[in-house]
Amino acid sequence: MAPVTQTRPKSTSWWNSAQNRALVFQVLLAAAVIAFFVYIGRNTVHNLEQRGIATGFGFLNQKAGFGIIMHLIPYDESYTYGRTFLVGLLNTVLVSGLGIVFATILGFIVGVARLSPNWLISRMAAVYIETFRNVPLLLQIFFWYFAVLRALPAPRQSLHIGSGVFLNIRGVFLPRPIFEDGFGWVTGAFVFCIIATIILKRWATRRQEATGEQFPVFLTSLAAFLILPTLAFFLTGKPLHWEYPELKGFNFRGGIAVIPELTALLTALTIYTATFIAEIVRSGIQSVSHGQTEAAYALGLRPGKTLRLVIIPQAMRVIIPQLTSQYLNLTKNSSLATAIGYPDLVSVFAGTTLNQTGQALEVIAMTMSVYLSLSLLISLFMNWYNKRSMLKER
Amino acid sequence: MVAVFLMISASLAMASTKDEVQKRGYLQCGVSTGLPGFSNPDEKGNWTGLDVDMCRAVAAAVLGDATKVKFVPLTAKERFTALQSGEIDMLSRNTTWTYTRDTSLGLNFAGTDYYDGQGFMVSKKLGVKSAKELNGAAVCIQAGTTTELNLADYFRQNKMEYQAVVFDTSDQTVKGFEAGRCDVLTSDQSQLYALRIKLANPDDAVVLPEVISKEPLGPVVRQGDDGWFNIVKWSLFAMINAEEMGVTSKNVDTMKNSSNPAVQRLLGTGGVKGSFLGLNDDWAYQIIKQVGNYGEMFDRNVGAGSPLKIARGLNALWSKGGIMYAPPIR
Repeated sequence: MAPVTQTRPKSTSWWNSAQNRALVFQVLLAAAVIAFFVYIGRNTVHNLEQRGIATGFGFLNQKAGFGIIMHLIPYDESYTYGRTFLVGLLNTVLVSGLGIVFATILGFIVGVARLSPNWLISRMAAVYIETFRNVPLLLQIFFWYFAVLRALPAPRQSLHIGSGVFLNIRGVFLPRPIFEDGFGWVTGAFVFCIIATIILKRWATRRQEATGEQFPVFLTSLAAFLILPTLAFFLTGKPLHWEYPELKGFNFRGGIAVIPELTALLTALTIYTATFIAEIVRSGIQSVSHGQTEAAYALGLRPGKTLRLVIIPQAMRVIIPQLTSQYLNLTKNSSLATAIGYPDLVSVFAGTTLNQTGQALEVIAMTMSVYLSLSLLISLFMNWYNKRSMLKER
Repeated sequence: MVAVFLMISASLAMASTKDEVQKRGYLQCGVSTGLPGFSNPDEKGNWTGLDVDMCRAVAAAVLGDATKVKFVPLTAKERFTALQSGEIDMLSRNTTWTYTRDTSLGLNFAGTDYYDGQGFMVSKKLGVKSAKELNGAAVCIQAGTTTELNLADYFRQNKMEYQAVVFDTSDQTVKGFEAGRCDVLTSDQSQLYALRIKLANPDDAVVLPEVISKEPLGPVVRQGDDGWFNIVKWSLFAMINAEEMGVTSKNVDTMKNSSNPAVQRLLGTGGVKGSFLGLNDDWAYQIIKQVGNYGEMFDRNVGAGSPLKIARGLNALWSKGGIMYAPPIR
């Protein structure tokens, strides 16, 4: 029997391989996309040149020459357009940061209240959610700013709420603390308390795991926080006094002034976003099976501890990813500030600076990248936190 | 892909604005979001005002019909981008002619249709008589205006402090002023008078005597289309020349038979031709017939015949003590 000649399978040509084809098409697509953007870019530059519109980032070093009502870093008319960018950025970060903190607190309270067995509490939470979730945010901002503001008195008839605190149509005026030599000791005592609490907490956890005995960490550290800094304060001879706001000319001078634009925007953002957070918290809690509650009760845990130690930690898995998108929304929504004159990034930089310099492309590009970076940072942090708090199966 | 490229290049190829307007059949004109006397919509959506009439004059010259205008309301912040990007054909929106805007924004200012200056309005209750007494005041301003810069300069020069409360539209600015958020509202004087009649109680507010800046206001076009620039420029000049020659919307038809060569050149019955602008010979006649001369436009919108009752002042003709002066049509 003659050996069967092994015929090699007929080699397919190079372009018939699925893998190679996919590669070719991807390279082609990538090239087309790049070509498209290069084309758009060159076209834009060409058109700008042809129409005599100045380009480049040189304008950032020019003197801005306009005033901004609120600045967390030193600023006046003699600073540059680059500085207005920073001032606006910090104002945006401030209002978004505070908004996220307040909305989270309010949202959790309302979300838990919504599930309360108490009929009145759960109905009140429901009414709050349905009302503020369904009214457009811009209208709410206008409401808090124009309607509520109008009810406040003029500077000369300011409401005097306690020592050195005044409220009028121009904002809230608070005493400013002025620290003298020796206040470092008070701060030092405070920091010491923080570190001691962390160490104590670790020790208590280890001890509980080993022996099952609990240690009153909260009460102990609370006592430390109350006693140590106070002691330091009096031992160093009260190194702190207050600068009180005083009515001079048109308005109060001195102290700390919180402008009503900030208050209105923060209130609206908090109340609006908290409704969504409340619903997220509710859905998170409801996603935990009721058996967990019953098991916790069976172990003898009281309802408060059951919620804190059993339900919420499991609900967090559902809550955190959705919370992230609410934080992003809040940050982006803070740009509605421009409607009531809160000097955020959009109002100061993408508004006034853009208009005074006419550098639309550069300014908008910078503003967009700020919002992109802020969003990415928030996502990054929340994803890290999510990983950390994920259910650890043992 | 090629088709997409072709489409983009085609839409980017610059056609002359005049041809585009004539092909489209109407003029797209950027105006303010609502400022009595300059550009203000009534409850039926009809726009009136000095800036609006400037748009109508150009439409009358280019299309022969002053009503063929689509008004695009723009805030101070939006206006230049709208013009640069071609969203509007011209901007007629109490816009100050400045060095930066003329040279770095790709814009051309086609003359001045109102000479203005920045002033201050305060509540009568404050008892302030002069802007020099405003140290420490909170000031309401509209965002993205020359006003914002002049204000800073003025207060620095006089070693005074201020707080700038900056709003997006003039409506919000007035609301802030009325609510008492600020002590002072600053803007061009003409606007102050216009905004004052928007207050619930106009008599409670008073405009201070100081004028702290020069604000020549006028229509603006994109750079790079000289033909269109000429048309807008000469539409304004035709109205000023018409007032000087005593040609009005009422008498323009009889004036057509005038033996005065200057009037003949203006109305296109003799002498120079409309073709220099690429228009019909009666381009200026249409403006005067349908919109009126500069004086009529002023009186009707901001002057004696309007609720604003602003005196002609600087805006009177050069021959009558003002500085309104147009090059001759010849």
